[in-house]
Amino acid sequence: MISEKLVKDVTVELLRKTVTRMTDDVVNELKNAMKNETEEVPRMQLKAILDNLELAEKTTTPLCQDTGVTIFYVNLPRCLNVDVENGIIEGVRTATKEVPLRPNAVHPLTRKNPGDNVGRKMPYVNFKIWDKDYIEITVMTKGAGSENMSQLAMLTPSQGVKGVKEFILNVVLKAGSNPCPPTILGVGIGGSSDIATKLAKEALLRPIDKPNEDVEIASMEKELKDALNDLGIGVMGLGGKTTVLGVNIEYAFCHTASLPVAVNVQCWAARRGTAQIFPDGKVKYPTHER
Amino acid sequence: MRQMQVRLKTPITEEQIRKLNIGDIVYLDGIIYTGRDEVHIHALEKAEHGEKPPVDFNRSVLYHCGPIMKKVGEEWVMVAGGPTTSSRMNSLEPNFIEKFRPAAIIGKGGMSQPTIDAMAKFGTVYLAITGGAAVLAAKGVKKVHGVHWFEFGMPEAIWVLEADNFGPLTVGIDSHGKSMFVNVDTIVKGNIEKVRKKLKLV
Repeated sequence: MISEKLVKDVTVELLRKTVTRMTDDVVNELKNAMKNETEEVPRMQLKAILDNLELAEKTTTPLCQDTGVTIFYVNLPRCLNVDVENGIIEGVRTATKEVPLRPNAVHPLTRKNPGDNVGRKMPYVNFKIWDKDYIEITVMTKGAGSENMSQLAMLTPSQGVKGVKEFILNVVLKAGSNPCPPTILGVGIGGSSDIATKLAKEALLRPIDKPNEDVEIASMEKELKDALNDLGIGVMGLGGKTTVLGVNIEYAFCHTASLPVAVNVQCWAARRGTAQIFPDGKVKYPTHER
Repeated sequence: MRQMQVRLKTPITEEQIRKLNIGDIVYLDGIIYTGRDEVHIHALEKAEHGEKPPVDFNRSVLYHCGPIMKKVGEEWVMVAGGPTTSSRMNSLEPNFIEKFRPAAIIGKGGMSQPTIDAMAKFGTVYLAITGGAAVLAAKGVKKVHGVHWFEFGMPEAIWVLEADNFGPLTVGIDSHGKSMFVNVDTIVKGNIEKVRKKLKLV
């Protein structure tokens, strides 16, 4: 049986898995980067990154101290009589103490920190109703260093594909060494200002070894990744061949007068996790099966 | 220039700092202090009123870090403690260096020209540590001696840490006006046209 208590317990476990172990798609790309780099400086940085991942997994410790603000994406079956949101909120409160997570959530103006990562509209839960019979909860624990480098541009339709690519290049240049490169770029094209921004972040939920299903978008993802790696910003901005680990693009139809583009910059420590809660109370963590 | 590898113990003299050049590798021992946005704001506010912050940064080390800490019995233990983005402190750091004279600042991403200038003037270096590698960083902290300004929240407090072979740290900005980040920036600027061509923007 699915209950609020079960949702809470799953939220704690999901957060623990998510902040202590990264998914294979990103780890593999970091290992590829290590094979590709020849200079001493980037190799030393990548070694620290890979050693740290191993150590965090072995000791079930948050691999980065910035465990983010908790933003959830939830798919709900129809006719479910459970307060899922409250289960998640209580799960975040408990995980903050038990995992532990860093208490990051503060009032935006007074900067007061309640200490439990719970406050007005935080955790933030995005709900969708779907036709399956199980709940799927996905969380991204994203640090502020990279989130702070994210940008939105309201381009004019005449700027077209060139304008989109130029904007993405400029976001990477402006971010420079700040967002803990090598980064993953989540790009949202179209919709409206709010939808583009949302798509940019949702693009980061897709594994980086899985290109967009649309072949033209997929080739744009590859083109951007290859070109941006020629910039030479490198691991931690100390130079080298690895500046981006992946580019994921999502798009939506937009107004004929608009061309919104948003880029969500994700640090190398791209932590995301998914849990599935089935009607009989069984739980799966498809991103963390190992 | 050949890369040097050194182990330094706080407090660190100006003479020791002046010997360091960009690219050198440093390991640290002794007391170091965390401090980020709120610590900079409030320490400088205090200095303006002729008051002192609760710790003495003079010839010691400031670490741009907001750690995850856990209380075990009566003692705090560092769970994870990688660096935060140093550029957020760009506007406050030159003043902080002048007022409090730290020997070194540890962080990630580098800092802007006014800070590079202040470091040259007052004999301070910037030590880069790998961002996100928080468990590895915590391994180099032997003991947490205490905390000040906890009311600003766990990430924004001053944590008094005892470093034990803390590193490897790369001298990202030395006390001679040189910065690895500026050097990389120059390389990146030279690559932009090639990248724009590859993206068919020209």
